[in-house]
Amino acid sequence: MALLTIKNLSLGYNSKKLIENLNFTVGKGDYLCIVGENGSGKTTLIKTLLNLNTPVSGQILTGEGLKRNEIGYLPQQTDIQRDFPATVYEIVLSGCQGRCGFRPFYNKEDKHLAAKNLELLGISDLSNCCYRELSGGQQQRVLLARALCATKKLLILDEPVAGLDPKATEEMYNIVSKLNKNKIAIIMISHDIDNAISYASHILHIGNKVFFGSKDKYIKSNTGKLFLMKQRGA
Amino acid sequence: MTGKLILYLQYPFVRYALIVGILIALCSSLLGVTLVLKRFSFIGDGLSHVAFGAIAISTVFNLSDNMIIVLPVTIISAILLLRTGKNAKIKGDATIAMISVASLAFGYLIMNVFSTSSNLTGDVCSTLFGSTSILTLTITEVWLCIILSVTVIITFVLLYNKIFAVTFDENFAKSTGSNTDLYNLIIAVIIAIIIVLAMNLVGSLLISALIIFPALSSMRLFRSFKMVTICSATLSVICAFTGIIISILAGTPVGSTIVAINAAVFIICYLFELIKGGIGI
Repeated sequence: MALLTIKNLSLGYNSKKLIENLNFTVGKGDYLCIVGENGSGKTTLIKTLLNLNTPVSGQILTGEGLKRNEIGYLPQQTDIQRDFPATVYEIVLSGCQGRCGFRPFYNKEDKHLAAKNLELLGISDLSNCCYRELSGGQQQRVLLARALCATKKLLILDEPVAGLDPKATEEMYNIVSKLNKNKIAIIMISHDIDNAISYASHILHIGNKVFFGSKDKYIKSNTGKLFLMKQRGA
Repeated sequence: MTGKLILYLQYPFVRYALIVGILIALCSSLLGVTLVLKRFSFIGDGLSHVAFGAIAISTVFNLSDNMIIVLPVTIISAILLLRTGKNAKIKGDATIAMISVASLAFGYLIMNVFSTSSNLTGDVCSTLFGSTSILTLTITEVWLCIILSVTVIITFVLLYNKIFAVTFDENFAKSTGSNTDLYNLIIAVIIAIIIVLAMNLVGSLLISALIIFPALSSMRLFRSFKMVTICSATLSVICAFTGIIISILAGTPVGSTIVAINAAVFIICYLFELIKGGIGI
């Protein structure tokens, strides 16, 4: 049984269908990159996986003891967050909210988990800093630490390197791949096709043509060849 | 001056006014941070105009206790406004503007056509800018205010962490299983209660100031959500207290005095931030 099994999933807004009859699985320790043109429905797809959108039809099944609310999510930054007065620690701790349920305050376990994830991402020394004064790369680490507080098994990342400088981008990829080696499955939307190909184990290509399979198969497939050529040429 | 103050404090109506004023200031500042950050600063304004319309209606029906109409109407409007914020055909700010001017117009119209009062302009003016009604509170009104304020404060403290999570990143909170719709609903109801309470103090045109200024001032000074919230509550209470005292001593209108002090404090905080940034502490 895989962590996530997607069966005949169709997505869309109002009456317009974006994606039809999508099938794929994400297993333990997989590193799946979702690629495709702008507007092909990548973000809609992951929002559906996260229960933020309702699918038009189809099923999303979880396995291996994963609950739908135990998926860690690294969203794209919003305007609100850019000038939000909060410390790094407050934000990372808020990732434990899902574990709290109706309990109003965080307990020792939550605080311990937050501290552990700060340590893991090497931002313990920033924990009392204000979020809005950090660099883009540091902010992404904070949000990643928060996402890790919400999950032990599966992380969904929406363009984690958008707007980062080359050094921060590389660091981000290294962190994600380190997490993946610690048996956390990764689903990542990426515009950076070369890095996607070098780190991922599986590729999901959506758009006019749909492809799902291992990275090696993707590189050899027609869909893959065409998309890679286009992206590299551009 | 002090003698005069002590003399005044012996009157129960002055003590009531202080208690109620401080409680209202405390409550209204609590959610200010969330509203400012969620870009909902105008909600207070819109809702208070709705409350004004509701007061007009209850005056026409000669209801002795207008809370019966005003509170539910405001709560329902708050829920509708916060709901439509996300995916409505008419965008959030336009809806607020629309509802607020419409209820203002209808309120005044109704009062003008049906009112039996001899001093209509005075009535309208005191509803809009706060009246001396804070100084004529009955003991029942004081208790009602205390009960509502304490409820608001307790709810806020219990939901503090959830409110933080929902304000910072609603999508994340929702995907990890928080019932964000419920929390948004609770936030809406609390705002409505605060606004109805605050109408007594500063009148419906000035309520936004009570909600927004303390939050904005403390956001200049502090960098953690907790400190911003605590500082905002403290500033708000201090401003309300000074405002009421000054207005009693100098005979100025209560509402506008409090708001003027809030504005002055904001300017001080803003300058403080500029200077601090300038010399790079």
